[in-house]
Amino acid sequence: MPVEFDSDPKVQSYAHPQRLVTTAWLDAHLGEPGLVVAESDEDVLLYDTGHIPGAVKIDWHADLNDPLTRDYVDADGFAALMAAKGITPDTTIVFYGDQSNWWAAYALWVVSLFGHADVRLLDGGRKKWIDEGRAVSTDVPAPTPTQYPRTERDDSVIRAYREQVLAHIGNGKLVDVRSPQEYSGELLHMADYPQEGALRGGHIPTAASVPWRRAANDEDGSFRTVEELRAIYEDEQGLSPQDDVVAYCRIGERSSHTWFVLTHLLGFERVRNYDGSWVEWGNAVRVPIER
Amino acid sequence: MRDALHEVIEEFADSPKELRLPLLLEFANSLPPLPDAIAASRDGLEPVEECQAAIFLAVDAAPGKPVRLYFDAPLEAPTSRGFAAVLHKGLDGATPEEILTTPNDFYMSMGLDELVTPLRMRGLAGMLARVKRRVAQAMSA
Repeated sequence: MPVEFDSDPKVQSYAHPQRLVTTAWLDAHLGEPGLVVAESDEDVLLYDTGHIPGAVKIDWHADLNDPLTRDYVDADGFAALMAAKGITPDTTIVFYGDQSNWWAAYALWVVSLFGHADVRLLDGGRKKWIDEGRAVSTDVPAPTPTQYPRTERDDSVIRAYREQVLAHIGNGKLVDVRSPQEYSGELLHMADYPQEGALRGGHIPTAASVPWRRAANDEDGSFRTVEELRAIYEDEQGLSPQDDVVAYCRIGERSSHTWFVLTHLLGFERVRNYDGSWVEWGNAVRVPIER
Repeated sequence: MRDALHEVIEEFADSPKELRLPLLLEFANSLPPLPDAIAASRDGLEPVEECQAAIFLAVDAAPGKPVRLYFDAPLEAPTSRGFAAVLHKGLDGATPEEILTTPNDFYMSMGLDELVTPLRMRGLAGMLARVKRRVAQAMSA
C-alpha cells in the first residue's frame, strides 16, 4: 500500500498529483511505515549539517553514477543501493534537496529509469522546509537492509543518447534549460580560470532556451502553478503535451528538473532527458552547434 | 609546499575514505568569520566564480609581509566553506613566495576526488588561482 497521496489543492492541480508532496504533508507523515525520505544535494556536505529527521542521503555522484564509465549504476548497483537505504519496491520515496531540487529531481529521474513505482518530490525542497522552521536533525539513520530485486534499467523511454538527439534535430522539440549565457555560447573569458568543461559553446540547433529556473518560484524554490507553467511551456514556447521533447543542460541535472515539470506537472507524454548534455555535445567531434 | 598546507593534505589523505567528508565538514565549521572591518565595508572582496555558491575572498598582501587570507562563505554551502578553510589553514600567514609556488593541483592528493565531483574541486583551484593573482599583483605594485 502506498502512503496516502497529498490532497493539497496545488498538488492536485498538476497532471500527476501523486508525484508531488508539500512540506506540510511530509511533516505529518514522517516516520510512517513504507515511507523513505531521501536527500540529494549538489553540496555533498549539506546533508551532514542537518536534514529532515530520518532522511537518508543519496548522493548523485557517489551513489547513482558508475565510478568508472560515465553512466548510471547497473541493476546490481541499484539493487544494492536501495537495499542499503531500507527501500523495497513498495516503498514510497520522497526526494528533496538543495538548489530548488535540481539534484533531487535528478535522483528521482534515475530511480525512475529502474522503474521504481512510487517516487515523489518535496515541493520547495530543503530550503522551503528549513525556512518554515521545520525540524532538522544531524542523526544519520541506520536503516535495516532490505532485499531489493534486481531490475534492469530501461533507458528507452525517458533517457536520450547523443545519436538519438542528433536524429531528433528537425524532427522533435529540443529544450535547452541552461542559463541564457550558456545557451548563447558566451564563455567566462578569464585568463587562467577553469572553463565549464566543454570545448565549444552554444546550443544544439533548433533548441529553445527555457532556463529551468523559470519553473520555480524565486523565493522558496517551489514549483509555479500549473497555469503559470502552461503559460511558459505551452503558450509561450508552443510545446504541446503530445510533442516528442528532449531536454538537456550541462550534465543532465537541471534538465531532470524540467523533465519532471513537463512530465509530471504538465502531463507531457514523451519527454526524455539527454543526460550527456553540453559536457558531451560541446566536446563531441562533428556534431552541429548553433550560436 | 608550505608545511601547514602539506599537513592539511596529509590529514585528508591519511583518513579513511568514509571520514574525509566529515573532516571537510569540520574544516567548514572552523572557518573564521570575516574581520569586522572587511565584513562591514566588503572592500576588496572578490567573488569566486568557479564556486557554485556565493563565495568571496580578500587577500592582504605586501612585499616582505605575511599574507593574510579572508574568506566569506555561507553556512548553506559547507563544501565551499570547507575548501576555503583548507586554504585558510594551509596558507594564511604564508610568505608571498610560499603562496606563489603552491602547486595549482595541490588538492589532487587529498583523496577527495571519489567523493566530490571534478567541477566542485575546480572551485578549490579557482580560489587558489585568485589568491595567487592577488598576491602577484601586490608584489608587482
